[in-house]
Formats: sequence, structure tokens, C-alpha cells
Amino acid sequence: MGERTVIPFGPQHPVLLEPLHLDLVIEDEKVVKAMPSWGFVHRGLEKLAEKRDFIEFPFVAERICGVCSHSHGMAYTQAIEALMSLEIPVRAKYLRTILAEFSRINSHLLWLGLLANALGFESLFMHCWKLREKILDIVEETTGGRVIFGACRVGGVNRDIDAPTLARMSRLFTGMEKGFREIDGVFRKDYTVQKRLQETGALSRADAHLLGAVGPVAKGSGIPCDMRRLGYSVYNELDFQAVVETEGDSYARTSVRIKEIFQSVGLIQQAIAKIPAGEVSMKITGLPPVGEHFEMVEQPRGEAVYYVKGNGTRFLERFRVRNSTFANIPALLKILEGCELSDVPMLILSIDPCISCAER
Amino acid sequence: MRILPMAKIVLKSLFRKAATQMYPLITKEYYPATRGKVLNDTEFCIYCGMCQRKCPAGAIEVIRAKRYWALDPKRCVTCNYCVEVCPKKCMTMDKRYTAPSTN
Repeated sequence: MGERTVIPFGPQHPVLLEPLHLDLVIEDEKVVKAMPSWGFVHRGLEKLAEKRDFIEFPFVAERICGVCSHSHGMAYTQAIEALMSLEIPVRAKYLRTILAEFSRINSHLLWLGLLANALGFESLFMHCWKLREKILDIVEETTGGRVIFGACRVGGVNRDIDAPTLARMSRLFTGMEKGFREIDGVFRKDYTVQKRLQETGALSRADAHLLGAVGPVAKGSGIPCDMRRLGYSVYNELDFQAVVETEGDSYARTSVRIKEIFQSVGLIQQAIAKIPAGEVSMKITGLPPVGEHFEMVEQPRGEAVYYVKGNGTRFLERFRVRNSTFANIPALLKILEGCELSDVPMLILSIDPCISCAER
Repeated sequence: MRILPMAKIVLKSLFRKAATQMYPLITKEYYPATRGKVLNDTEFCIYCGMCQRKCPAGAIEVIRAKRYWALDPKRCVTCNYCVEVCPKKCMTMDKRYTAPSTN
């Protein structure tokens, strides 16, 4: 038995991009235990909700995180609308859903690119991001923002998307699906990818359940935990099943994300086929009443829980976000136990961490 | 082939037009909806201060008595809300981003 050493890992580290600090207790080359500490990018956005008007706060909520910003805006506005018992126009719900699925494809392609980059597979990294560029372009054209869409407002969305553009958004995938299949084939068949991902960072179904894993981490371990199945927005009118893999290793988590890209393409096409005509926003009268509401949405990285508490004024009494990365940290620590030191960056990446989300 | 599934894609990309643009020579065409930077036509502005009150980032400063309107571009998050609430519609969102300073 070797001597135990503690290696500090992060927040500034060449192979770890996220500002997360881990103390890795290692024995020879094996990690025995990992102890996290964080707070490097805390911005106090939850407290800010008490000082900003509830109508203006979606702009702040969308800036909690860059990649899943649309889901943050969507969750916040849905929570406020539920608190105020508002029934927003159906077309607005459809538009939000379509954009949410675009943001999911964007996030997964970004992650696949980062994974390929971490593997040292530069050409695959560039190819994933080349596909992502088309998604960003169409989103910029329709909402005005490439990264921060800024589409969600309390009571609807900021602008309508006309029928020819919607048709073009749907048609975009007929050309892109071939590109998705190509990268799917590479991730599935490439020797390097398989060697680095298969059988590393296995998380059993029981552990995933016990540690409260969410999103692709839970789905990769065989738990069909998908908040979209709750039917918020218009997901109850769309036909889909949660993507599940049973192996629980990094490869299963990658596979879940690739399959979710194809699922999102299907959901966008279904939503565009079903979208009704009508208004896209409504006038907000009144203030959030005294009361509270929990809203759960499925972000690209997993479940996010929003809590809002109104006090009858323009400012919320309390606002709380529990994000998917926060929920996945216990699962990450379990995954890291017993792994090789050289696999640590890859395993941290495999849960798709977003520390900005987790620290608000 | 199992060993090099990426080779086919790479070879195809070699003979295709580049996906990137030679940036300083060819600039990207912005969409009409793109949120680039906020402009205010002070000729029509009544200095009501609505944009200042509504700005979620606190980037706009208006002093009515001095007929003063200023935007701090470093604080502005280009959310477009000031343009939406402006009663005189003298504020516009330019689709081009703020050009980098050259001096």
C-alpha cells in the first residue's frame, strides 16, 4: 500500500476549465477520495432578486449561466406565471419550447466538442462546433442573441417567429441530421473514444438514486429522470420518451447526450408542426401575491429547481435556484473514488459541470 | 473502418469551402434582430429617465435638468429592455457590436 498524498486540483488548472477546487487524496495513482470546495464565482444573484423588479429579473436570471441561459429564463418566467396564476398564450409556450430544444442541441454539441478536445481529438472538436454554429446562427436570427437568447419575458416571449422562418428552422435539420449521424458514428466507433470512456467512472443505478443524480448522469445510470415528462410548457402535447442507458459509465453519459440531440430535433419538428397562431405575449397587471412556488425544468445538464416567494410587492421575498451541477456533485465525488489520476479531468467533464450555475 | 471513422469526414472537409471567415477582411453580416449596441437619438429624447429606471444593469444615467444622457457600455448587457420601454421611441438597438477601440 502506497503513501497517501493530497493533490489540490483547480480552480486554476490547465486541464480543468471550470472554477471548481478539489482536494484529491491519492494513493499511488489511484484517487481514494475527493473533497470539493467552491465559491470562486459566487455573484449573489439570488439576493439581487429582492432588489430588482420581477418583470426585469428574467434578464438577470438568463445571465446565471451562458449555455443553458434560455432554460433559466424559462424556469423563472414559468415560476412567476404560476405564482401569479397567469395563463400565457399557447403560441408563446410553443416558441419557448422550440428555443429550449435549440438550446439543448447547442449545449450538447458544445459539450461533445469539449469532450473531444479533452480527448485530444481536435478534428472532432472542430466538427462538433462547426455544427453548433448553424444552431447559433438561426437562434441569433430569430431571437437577437447568439448565447443569451433573451427571449423569455413574464407573460410570453419578446418577439414572434413568422411561419417561413419556422419552416426554415424545421428544414435546417434535414441537412444537419447527416452531420449529427457522422459525429454519432465517430463517438460510437472510434477506438480512442471507446478506450477513454468505456468502463471509466461507472455509477450504479442504486448509487445514482441514493446520491440524487439528475439529467444525463442519472439517465446514463438507467434512471429515466426527465423533468420534461412532467409536461410543463407544451411538453405534454409532444410525443417523446426519456433517453436511458444502463451502463452508467462515461460512455453511457456521452451516448445519452448524443441521443438527446436526435430527440430534440424530433421535438422541434413536432412543435413546429403543431404551433397554433395567435398572440405571443400578454400584458401583465398586478403584482406577485403572497405565496410561493416551486418550478422544475429540464435543462440540458439536468433538472433545475426554481423557488420563488412573493410578498405582494414588485420585489420577491426570496428566490432560490438549485441547479443540476449542484445536484450532481455528490455523484461526481462517488465517480472519482477509485479512478486513475489521469482520468480525473475527463470524469469531471463527463457530468457536464457548470460552476457558474451552481454558485449563482 | 473501425480505426479511423473520422478520416472520411476530415478528407471531405479538406476539399470543401472553409467553414470560417477571414474576419478582418470579411465581416459577418448581422441579422436585423441582432442585439449589438444601444443608441439614443438625443434630439428627440425628453430625458424622462424611464430607461434609467428600467435598466436591469444600471448602465444608463439620465439627468433631466442638465439634459444629460449617458450609457456605460461596460455595464450594458444589451437586453433591449430600454428600447422597448422608451416612450418617445428615440432609442434603437444597433445590430453592429461596439467596435474595438484602436487608440
